[in-house]
Amino acid sequence: MSPWIVGFAVFIAYPLFFSVYLSFTHYDLLNPPRWIGLANYKYMFGDDRTQIFQSIRNTLFIIAVGVPLQVLFSFGIAVMLTRAKMGIGFFRTVFYLPALAPPVAATLGFVYLLNPATGPVNTALKAIGIQGPLWFNDPSWAKPSLVVLSIWGVGNTMIIFLAAVLDVPKQLYESAELDGAGPFQRLRMVTLPTISPVILFSVVIGVIAGLQYFTQAYVAAGVAAGQASQAGGTSTLELGYPGGSTLFYPILLYYHGFTFFQMGYASAMAVLLLAVSFALTLVIIRNSRRWVHYGGAVR
Amino acid sequence: MTSATVPVKTAEIVRRKVPAEVRRRRFLIAVADHSILIALGGAFLAPFLFIVLTALMTNQQALSAHLWPSPFRWHNFVDVFTQAPLWRWTLNTMIYATLATLGVLFSSIPVAYALSKLRWRGRDGVFLLVLVALMLPPQVSVVPLYVMWAKLGHHIHFELIGTLWPLIIPAWLGDAFSIFLLRQFFLTIPEEYLDAARVDGCGEFRILLTVVLRLAKPAIAAIALFSVLYTFTDFFLPLLYTSNNPHNWPVSVGLSQFRNLHQVQWNLTMAATLLVMMPVIILFFLAQRAFVEGVTLTGVKG
Repeated sequence: MSPWIVGFAVFIAYPLFFSVYLSFTHYDLLNPPRWIGLANYKYMFGDDRTQIFQSIRNTLFIIAVGVPLQVLFSFGIAVMLTRAKMGIGFFRTVFYLPALAPPVAATLGFVYLLNPATGPVNTALKAIGIQGPLWFNDPSWAKPSLVVLSIWGVGNTMIIFLAAVLDVPKQLYESAELDGAGPFQRLRMVTLPTISPVILFSVVIGVIAGLQYFTQAYVAAGVAAGQASQAGGTSTLELGYPGGSTLFYPILLYYHGFTFFQMGYASAMAVLLLAVSFALTLVIIRNSRRWVHYGGAVR
Repeated sequence: MTSATVPVKTAEIVRRKVPAEVRRRRFLIAVADHSILIALGGAFLAPFLFIVLTALMTNQQALSAHLWPSPFRWHNFVDVFTQAPLWRWTLNTMIYATLATLGVLFSSIPVAYALSKLRWRGRDGVFLLVLVALMLPPQVSVVPLYVMWAKLGHHIHFELIGTLWPLIIPAWLGDAFSIFLLRQFFLTIPEEYLDAARVDGCGEFRILLTVVLRLAKPAIAAIALFSVLYTFTDFFLPLLYTSNNPHNWPVSVGLSQFRNLHQVQWNLTMAATLLVMMPVIILFFLAQRAFVEGVTLTGVKG
């Protein structure tokens, strides 16, 4: 027990309090922190608000669009798997495998697949007469491309949904069928309420992951920008290439803290992130009581 | 006797016989179900296929619209190792994965035991802290931690930024995810087993070592697996702590820099990407059950 208490104190409690303190200072790691009051926060919502709000909008996009689609896909695939008579094991493996691909590797793969000029996807689209979009090189397509990447990796959620759907008691379906419920009614009235705790769980996990969304966007932006600079010769040092569309909040925080070493300002951003993630999780769990159905034993 | 049973049997058969119309519909629905699954499955596998194909192309060809490699250039997989210090990165990742996973096991098992099988004041409060730790985005605490490691490095005259130590040491002081997962599993172990051992005069520590560890093998295998997987795929923290020192890059950071090192070479990039994906996929096929059970454990009891 005690090592963990030490661990908690050193790696979680201390940083939280120190973050709050640093957020009121100017600190560049070389000179001691200098107290500047609320200046960091004023700057965040003042002169720097264009960039801050852009990163917040991007992060909200990846949560509001990405998470529902991920849940929908994993649920849909899980239901399809339970309906299939043949090859459940095979298909389960197929849908799970992409979740294993390390994020950096998966992102590299997708940037290649979706590269505008000669990527396999656009080549295939061209073959059927569609001019493919610029994907990671187009500000309005970069985030949807990242969402596609995230749907490719829903395997973990899918496995959890599959276990939950298989756990729904058979009698419930049978009595629903006797009452004359069709397949879709059974899905809506039996399956959904029974597995609603799992839906809640995956939404919470998805939102938390969305708030820390970093790796895929960082790698994709870097690679796509490098590609563009070879092709056209634009500047490579662009935050959230293309056009700031992949500038997510954690990425901006990383740049401020560890590229420009504005530790105080990065801490202020961290405090805001902490407050938002705490509030968001609380809101979801509060509201969930209305639609989540806990059957049987109360834990 | 026989004359009495026969009619019953025929009645059963008649009742079971489904009209041809319904059977045909069921068959068509099954065909539709499987077609959708095959189409979706194909879409999920296609990226792997194209990565493999591109990894076997010449660089010229990878930049063309041709999808099938001709000739197959297996030499790419040799070139990758000469073009980038892939062995060095692999070694770093293995050091990180081994030391961190040992640490996670060593530190998380006792805590999970204390949180599930021992009664003490403040237990629920501590469990709440575990949940908080679980939900906290790492970005919230990185600034002070980075400062802490930098300062500590100055104090002991051994630069810690640029090494793997800031990633390994925290693992030895507990990992919230593993504690949570193990606790959920320990809760399912019947109290009677432990009581029997207590009656026999076992101390809590021996109970943990002999009874609990033996019963919890699948869960422990799962957290070891997840820990290895996590160290292998984690990118944010390794980037933060090691990016200034290429000598200590683990695979994930190295791969992200691969294209910057070698500009346009998509074929080699895809070969490297494939090499990085392979160990995880092989691990999955070797330990499929532990994976699926572990993932399910995270969700069902959540």
